[in-house]
Amino acid sequence: MANEPSGRGFAQSGADLELVHVTKSFPGFTAVDDLSLTIPAGSFFALLGPSGCGKTTTLRLIAGLEEPTAGKILVGGKDITNTKAYQRPVNTVFQSYALFPHMTILENVAFGLKRRKIAEPLKLAHEALALVELDHLAQRKPQQLSGGQQQRVALARAVVNRPALLLLDEPLGALDLKLRRQMQIELKAIQSEVGLTFLHVTHDQEEAMTMADTVAVMNKGKIEQMGAPAELYELPHTRFVATFLGQSNLFDGQVTGTEGDTLVVSVPGATLHVSAARSQVSAGAITVGVRPEKLEIHRESPKAAGRQVVGPGRVIDTSFAGVSTQYVVTVPELGDITVFEQNDGDIVAVGEEVWLSWSIGHAFGLPIEAPFDETDLSTRALATAVQ
Amino acid sequence: MKLGKWLLPTYAILALVYLLVPIVYTIAFSFNDSQRTNIIWNGFTWNNWLTVCEAQGVCEAFGNSIFIASISTLVATVLGTAISIALVRYRFKFRSAMTLLLFMPMATPEVVLGAGLASQFLAAGMPKGITTVILAHIMFCISFVVVTVRARVASLDPKLEEAGRDLYGSPSQVWWRITFPLLLPGIVAAALLSFALSFDDFIITNFNRGAVDTFPSYVYTAAARGIPAEANVIASGVFLLAIAMVLVAQIGGAIRRKKLGITT
Ligand SMILES: Nc1ncnc2c1ncn2[C@@H]1O[C@H](COP(=O)(O)OP(=O)(O)OP(=O)(O)O)[C@@H](O)[C@H]1O
Ligand SMILES: [Mg+2]
Repeated sequence: MANEPSGRGFAQSGADLELVHVTKSFPGFTAVDDLSLTIPAGSFFALLGPSGCGKTTTLRLIAGLEEPTAGKILVGGKDITNTKAYQRPVNTVFQSYALFPHMTILENVAFGLKRRKIAEPLKLAHEALALVELDHLAQRKPQQLSGGQQQRVALARAVVNRPALLLLDEPLGALDLKLRRQMQIELKAIQSEVGLTFLHVTHDQEEAMTMADTVAVMNKGKIEQMGAPAELYELPHTRFVATFLGQSNLFDGQVTGTEGDTLVVSVPGATLHVSAARSQVSAGAITVGVRPEKLEIHRESPKAAGRQVVGPGRVIDTSFAGVSTQYVVTVPELGDITVFEQNDGDIVAVGEEVWLSWSIGHAFGLPIEAPFDETDLSTRALATAVQ
Repeated sequence: MKLGKWLLPTYAILALVYLLVPIVYTIAFSFNDSQRTNIIWNGFTWNNWLTVCEAQGVCEAFGNSIFIASISTLVATVLGTAISIALVRYRFKFRSAMTLLLFMPMATPEVVLGAGLASQFLAAGMPKGITTVILAHIMFCISFVVVTVRARVASLDPKLEEAGRDLYGSPSQVWWRITFPLLLPGIVAAALLSFALSFDDFIITNFNRGAVDTFPSYVYTAAARGIPAEANVIASGVFLLAIAMVLVAQIGGAIRRKKLGITT
């Protein structure tokens, strides 16, 4: 059977993974807090979250390198909570690579195959190395490789085992953009070819959104929201998701009434509208959000039905980013609003008076909460900066 | 500066000569055609080297020393390695007390240690002999093994063993294929150190040896009558063997590095 722990041979297909109320507490600190999730067999699942939110700990629990304080872990419907790491049909690409320094690259990659007594381990290891374009370095030691090359070896060493469930802890973090794109395609190909289940931890939102069937955003040991990438992006459920995944303009206010299926929200300096179906709250305090690329910039006050108009405000900053330009517009009382505009040749200058508008259907409503600690974002900012 | 240019080489040469004189003397006098004592140069001969075991007791004492050092090294290295891993990897009761205790044999004066052990063996009713010497040597060698191997364990990334387990390695496979090879340089260093310390030890041995002679105790006793040239032969032999081992290790390392350089 494909999914039996330490089973002989390769997994014929992926296995689904189920975490049931899993908690992991270290002395004085809960790294994973009552986490429940199901990843269907053969799917590509991405776990996104700021540094220290418990992503690696979650993977270690699944791999069997850490014991949960509470909860159950099931792979392919089988409870593996109490089995040892080497008995689990799971392989990990470690965040720190963890290549064996005393073995050659080839021996590293063949290690798992040899332990399971799979036929022709060296041939398969060579193939896996060819996949990550490193076969010519098979006889080197890990110290003689660059960081990105080591990372690809770590990838090959895990992938070569064709596990029912592959855990990837930021496996492409050290690669340049071109190589990263290429590896993303390879990974996706391996995943869909055999139908393996991938659980991919990444800092790179774009990577998560382009590769994954399902994205989960994690914060402080909990999953904030989970769903298809577009769903998560278009309709975030919390302030954290709205700001962590892409950017959002957020306005805190109060629901003052309804107009049909639209909530009327009073915020300092404006009255906003948001569809009740797109709001997590229907009364009281609310945060209204809209993505910067949904905004349009106008030199005259626009008159258009179904659109939210704010202004006038003043452009205080523009930055050109190739396909689009980012404007920061300050509107009295509302504050600074970020706008992404397609570059169609007409660039608004700093200091010009402008109005902003967006389709009411693009706004979303969130429960109000304190803006989350900016320092939490620092690594994400770093990660996006290097992209 | 003129002075600085000369000072360092002169100082270095003097220090080297000072270090080497006794060794050169020992080696030279192993070729001395000695009569009753080996103090005055009587001319060159190969005889001492060819008939080394004919002098009363030299080879027996040497054999004892080798035997004691081998057993002590083996036991101390195995136990010391296990203790090092426990001390680095696990948090347990009396961990710091244990660390302190392990340092005691290194800090305690040897005479005190030797005398203390002797009275312990007496109290336990153990007759002095090879066994008591081996026990005593194991005791102080363990300390040195722990100090040497512990540093190596501390620098070993636990992630490597985790990766081994993740890649279907059972605990024994992970130990033999990952942990042990990575600790090996430390373990070998510890074993060599133990062997040298045990082979060399006189004070603690002398308190616990009873009638058994080790090489150092033989030389000590013989010194009263004038050390036989055969003792010089063995001392020179051990010295040359050690030098040879160092050379082999150095050359082997250089060849390995060169090989890696070629394949890259
Ligand atoms: N052995 C441990 N003892 C105590 N706390 C720990 C331990 N391991 C992890 N933690 C804590 O648990 C939290 C989650 O750590 P984890 O490594 O899972 O973060 P992460 O989401 O992978 O972060 P990053 O993106 O930086 O890799 C961190 O705050 C960390 O300090
Ligand atoms: Mg991590």
